[in-house]
Amino acid sequence: MSSSAAQNAAPTIEAHGLTKQYGSEKKGLVHALAGLDLVAPAGQVTAILGPNGAGKTTFVKAVATLLRPDSGTLRVAGIDAIANPEQVRRVIGLAGQTAAVEPALTGRENLVMIARLFGHTASAAKGAAEAVLAEIHLEEDADRAVKGYSGGMRRRLDLGASLVGSPRILLLDEPTTGLDPRTRIELWESIRSLVAGGTDVLLTTQYLEEADQLADHVVIIDHGRVIATGTPTELKSQAGLDVVEVRVQHGSDLSAVAEILAPLGHEAPHLDEPARRVAVPVAAGTEALAAAVRLISERGIALDDIGLRRPTLDEVFLSLTGTGAPE
Amino acid sequence: MSRNAGMLASITPPSNPPTSWATASTYAGRTVRQFVRTPQLLIVNAVTSVMFLLIFRFVFGGAIQTGSVAYVDFLIPALAAVSGLFSTGAVGVAEDSETGMFDRMRSLPVPRGAVLLGRSLADTALITWGTFVTLVVGVLVGFRIHGGALGAVVALALCITFAAALSWLQIFLGLISGSAQAAQGIGFSVFPLIFVSSAYVPVESMPSWLQPFAENQPVTAMVGSVRALVLGGDTEALLGHSTTWFVVRALAWSVFILVLFATLSTRKFTKL
Repeated sequence: MSSSAAQNAAPTIEAHGLTKQYGSEKKGLVHALAGLDLVAPAGQVTAILGPNGAGKTTFVKAVATLLRPDSGTLRVAGIDAIANPEQVRRVIGLAGQTAAVEPALTGRENLVMIARLFGHTASAAKGAAEAVLAEIHLEEDADRAVKGYSGGMRRRLDLGASLVGSPRILLLDEPTTGLDPRTRIELWESIRSLVAGGTDVLLTTQYLEEADQLADHVVIIDHGRVIATGTPTELKSQAGLDVVEVRVQHGSDLSAVAEILAPLGHEAPHLDEPARRVAVPVAAGTEALAAAVRLISERGIALDDIGLRRPTLDEVFLSLTGTGAPE
Repeated sequence: MSRNAGMLASITPPSNPPTSWATASTYAGRTVRQFVRTPQLLIVNAVTSVMFLLIFRFVFGGAIQTGSVAYVDFLIPALAAVSGLFSTGAVGVAEDSETGMFDRMRSLPVPRGAVLLGRSLADTALITWGTFVTLVVGVLVGFRIHGGALGAVVALALCITFAAALSWLQIFLGLISGSAQAAQGIGFSVFPLIFVSSAYVPVESMPSWLQPFAENQPVTAMVGSVRALVLGGDTEALLGHSTTWFVVRALAWSVFILVLFATLSTRKFTKL
């Protein structure tokens, strides 16, 4: 599927026992990375999923050679990133919340600038900018100043800026955080077409759905450690069960509905009294939903809403760690 | 999708990383374009200096004794010399750091020190712009060059050299400030250098305990040089030292400031 996978059998990224501390003994240490072990296979999209403060950005910064880990080993495209950061910088492209585009320049000028800084000659830089503009569908707005761009256009340009050097590995740090759903889907399309073109991608995200949409390989991290890895399907069957959620019309029916749902659930139902809502994780989603609808209507309980939904990140964390996602 | 993949496939990865000069000139080019296309930046950089110029020229000037030299001729060369201390270079550097621009630069295969060199070149140009605005406004309010053309050219060259040194000071302040807002505050920390000097008032009018500092600090050396060069040899008596005495000191200070802050800044920026 991917040409770079065939050429380069070494894993895209290989980290072992990676640690990084911030702060001081006095003011309190933050273990941003606490012995992280992670292998991102070549020819795949790897997503690092975790809540704020889990260590995602610290890890991306270590891979991008923006910071040096305190201990552990880190290889990027087979290169020792701690001993030879200059060589790593020649094969990576960085985009997302840790990188920026210049608002005062046009889209094209931004791309030409970054292309020059990758080492392209002036004419090659122009050509690379042109090719990237076509790829990210910004040709029409290429000669407008970026300060007039929408949030989505800026992110696409940011993504494009990481591509002008034709990197083997693309690092995307929360590429869609803060975007509206429509723009997020557009950006996913851009990322998918890159992947189809054979670029290896490491992305971080807070959204389970994003990892699900884009990644072949998902790594869930928390407190600087890996707590689960696998394909999105594996992780969902392992941890993120579907959830049957019911909203009753009268708060007094809440406990009766919870009793009905309890035998269908994988875990005890979760009651949210102010919202008059009961949620329960279930193993066989559609069957459980049908059973719930039948049992509740037999009892004649009036409902506002009943439905099946994907687990939220918080619920995945609950299942994997026994605690909620930390703030 | 295959069409898109084809588009990107047309890009050949560069065989060599960029040279220091390509890096510095590219980054300087971006920064200069940022100035030129953000009128607020150009105006803010000149406005503080011009405001002080007008206040001292018209409000305080009448009360300050500068002997045989008209106060406007005393004041303008000084302001032209110190416009680097009014520059917002530190804020720009802090912004590049806050927005992620520096992180992007540091992720690229560039010689990292060259990024700051580019920043310094652009900031030097911006400071020189401030000097230019000061001179134009100065001429409008009565300033005239009394020395020869050669003196004026040497004075301008000296101003640009000092500007380059101060651009590195500003870069350093921007790098250690942590945020653009903090950088703005730290920027004011250089004001004592401007005021406790011969820039606005003769050093002899200060209390005696303050005079040794005022007499020997870089701004006084710089200001004295530019005055002596622009106003002509007659003013040496008024200034208390020969033109050479001032110029040698101003150059020594410039080199010292440049080397010190370029080293500190580069070390901070290139460190992993």
